[in-house]
Formats: sequence, C-alpha cells, structure tokens
Amino acid sequence: MPQPRHSSRRQFLSLAGGAAVLGAVPVVTLRPAEATPAMLASAIRNVVGEAAVRTGKVKLDIPPLVENGNTVPMTVSVANPMTADNYVKSIHVFNEKNPQPNIGNFYLGPHAGRAQVSTRIRLADSQKVVAIARLSDDTFWSVSVDVVVTLAACTEEVI
Amino acid sequence: MRFAGIIALAALLTAGAVRATDIPPGERRSGYSFMTPDTQAMQDDDTANPGMLWVLDGEALWKRKVGTSDKACADCHGDARATMKGISARYPAFDKALGRPVDLEQRINLCRVNHQQASPLPYESSGLLALTALVARQSRGIAIETGAAPQLEPFVAKGRELFMQRQGQLNLGCTNCHDDNWDKRLAGSAITQAHPTGYPLYRLEWQSLGSLQRRLRACITGIRAQAYDYGAPELVELELYLMSRARGMAVEAPAVRP
Amino acid sequence: MPSALINVPRTAKRGDIIEIKTLMSHIMETGYRHLASGEVVPRDIITSFSCRYNGTEIFRADLFQAIAANPFITFFTTATESGKFEFEWIGDKGFSETASASIIVE
Repeated sequence: MPQPRHSSRRQFLSLAGGAAVLGAVPVVTLRPAEATPAMLASAIRNVVGEAAVRTGKVKLDIPPLVENGNTVPMTVSVANPMTADNYVKSIHVFNEKNPQPNIGNFYLGPHAGRAQVSTRIRLADSQKVVAIARLSDDTFWSVSVDVVVTLAACTEEVI
Repeated sequence: MRFAGIIALAALLTAGAVRATDIPPGERRSGYSFMTPDTQAMQDDDTANPGMLWVLDGEALWKRKVGTSDKACADCHGDARATMKGISARYPAFDKALGRPVDLEQRINLCRVNHQQASPLPYESSGLLALTALVARQSRGIAIETGAAPQLEPFVAKGRELFMQRQGQLNLGCTNCHDDNWDKRLAGSAITQAHPTGYPLYRLEWQSLGSLQRRLRACITGIRAQAYDYGAPELVELELYLMSRARGMAVEAPAVRP
Repeated sequence: MPSALINVPRTAKRGDIIEIKTLMSHIMETGYRHLASGEVVPRDIITSFSCRYNGTEIFRADLFQAIAANPFITFFTTATESGKFEFEWIGDKGFSETASASIIVE
C-alpha cells in the first residue's frame, strides 16, 4: 500500500474542489498517492526474480491517447511459437503511476495456440505500461509503451 | 485539471460568435461517430459491450413476479424481444392519464405501481437500469420517432426553451456547446451534438450504465447550474426535445460512450 | 445480481485456435476512493479468474485494482475435443461466481 509522500498543490485543489460538490456526489474521488518507479521495479522483480529481462517479442496494443482512463482496452501478444517444448508460460502487465503497480498476471500454456490476452484497464494518469512475457525456457521478454490519458472535460466527480 | 477545463470552456465559448443555430438534418451525427475505433468496437460487439450485462439482468427481472399483484412484466407483455420492439424509439411519450410526457423509466415505474402494485424503482438503481436496457435494446437500429404526437408539442417547445436558455454561473445554454461548437474539442474530449441515441448507455467514465437524466444532470452541474431532481418535468421535457431533435436517427442502446 | 457474458464458438474443427471472450459484472472498487464523509470505500475486486476445458485448467489470471469495472478478459485455446468450458471468478468479500459454455469439435 503506497504512503502519501507529500501534499502537492494539485492534491490540495482536488480536495478543495471535492468539498464543493459534496451535496451532489456521494463518492468523491481523491487522487491517491502515485506508485513510484521504484515500486514498479520492485513489482517486476517479484515476478522475474534476478533474471534478465530482454526487450522484444512482446507487443502491447493500447491506444496512445485514451479517451477515458477508467476503461482502456489493451491487448498483449507474444511473437513466440506455442508448441509443447517452446511456449509462453505467462504474461505480466505493470504500470508506473497508478496507486499500485500491478495490472494483471495471465497464465497460459502450449494449448493456448496463440499467446495473446486482452482486457480493459485503469490508468490514473499519463504513464508507462510494461508487459513482460515468461517463456518456457524461463527467459523474460518485455515491451514498454507510453500512454497519454486525457481527462474528460465534463466528468461528474470533477465538476 | 478542473480549473483548466473551466477556463477552456469559457475561452471556447467567448471566442466564437454565438450562433445558437440548429444543426441541419444532413449534418446530424451520433456521438458514436466522435469516438475512437477502440470505443466503437466496444459498442459494436455484444459480447464485449458491458451494457449487455444490464440487458441480461433485465431479462431475468422481466420474468420475475413482483408486487402484491404477483405479476411479472412477461405475464402481460410476453417476450420482450417481440413486444418491446420499437418502443423506446417513441419515448418520452404522452401519458393521457397524467396529461404530460413520461420517459421510459417513468413508464416502467407506472407499470410497476399501477399493474404490478409494486414500489417504483429509483433512477439509476440496478433494477430500473436493467429493465430500461432490456426494453431499449429491442429498438436497436430502429429510427427514433419521439415527439410525433400533437399533444406533445407544448412540451417539446418547453424542452427546447430549456436547451436554449443560458443558466448557471457559467451562463451557458446547452445550445452553446451542442449546436454551435460540436465540431470542436473541450479539454481533449469531443463536444458532441447531444443526440441521445444510445440510452441507457455505458460510459467509460461512470464504469456503469446510466440514464439520460444522469447525463443531463451532470451537464447542468457542469455549467454550474442547479440540476433538477431525477424525474423532474423539466428533465423529461429536455429528454423529449432531444429525442425529437434526433428523430430519424437509429437507436443504439445500450451504447458505449467515453 | 452478478451476471456473466461468455462468447465461445459453438462449433470448431479439431485443432482450430479459438478465441474465448468473457465479461463479468463487478464494480472492481479500488479501495482508493473516499465517501464524502472521508471514509475510505473498502476494496472490493475480483482477484482471480480461471477457465477449465473438460476439467483441465487452460487459463488463469490474477487481477488487481487496475482492471476496469466489469472485467473483460479474452484469450485463446486450441479446440481438441467436444465438451465444456467452465469459468470461475473469485474475489473480495467472498465473491465467487461460475459460468460455463459448451463446444462441439468435429
């Protein structure tokens, strides 16, 4: 669980603005403390251990500019055969700036036929999304994509 | 962010000359056409469209007996797929007993109170959203016909008046954004033409299905005016005007919007 | 009243790689939101999803708060024999839901 590091001006504005709409909106979204690059690195270490992570093989399809950070479609695919002795064991997806760094872990096997998963994720801010694949030989491959999240103009909580 | 948005809104609307002109029929566009291909894909595939979860719930509720009359919707209306086809494309509709228009949510609740002798469901409750989604889904692809009845004329006019009227601390009318500036963007989001073709719809922002009244209330709060209560005649008249303004456009419910 | 939407092809040829799409209704409350009173809304998410094909697990996922509400997950498998796919979602507050879909493999 991340601890708030400091009270930034933006957080203060969020709090002040939030208070103004208390009558109208039952749930107020306060921006929690962000994850840090150190937390991202440590979440990745938890999955890969001491192994080296190479760049390549993994493709992360995610809109570079998303309409709403609450629901961002994402597809990860790995360019690797899916045969009994050479396949993708798992796919792990991380983010840099959400309150916590994990997005999802997906476990597959040679029977999958194709190493590809899709889901919809939440991105609290513009940030880096990292996908890592573990192959059957226990090598790790990764890709990192920068996503710009624009805040919708007329969100209920914000105004 | 919030203040940046407001400044952008104010700047946008003071910069251009105020036109307040209607959108020509040939230039009308659904909110769908303003979305990214990813969001469009979410709406297009029923097995990827989260709004369909509410339709599924609605199918179960349709068959459930409720109230002191111990009747289900299905006991009178049969299979919703057949009997509810085209219904939502005519709402809000004139209710003779009340002498005023009612929206689809109110029609469902009138049915619950008068025929099922059950309590009305609140706006945005999962039950009312589910039943509305089920009924509206049966009109998908059908052209909107709302507002054709002559008794509705004065109410359409009132809705239009509200749409045109400047109000709130930002002193804006709906028309200033949705008629005059729909081809522009506001803090990164497309300003659409306000054709309510897909309600109830799944908004990515809400992460839920929601009614047109929820959207209207959020918009009214956005211009810093006091939003009408759910079910208020003013909101129904606004719904009525917007739907009659979208006449001829196809129902998309349950749509997906950012 | 949780409900699930499952999309599995009704029929497939043996050896076909098929796509499976799943949608489960769930709020995926992050635990990072506050009520107007200042109280934190407790975390309530689905933490695990799995799929079995005639009893054998073919796909599993750990989910976190960054998965959007009403989790949508799609993946692939090889159609080997006719039978049943069983899906299971497990989460906070004792959440546990299952769904199934059958396939005919020719």
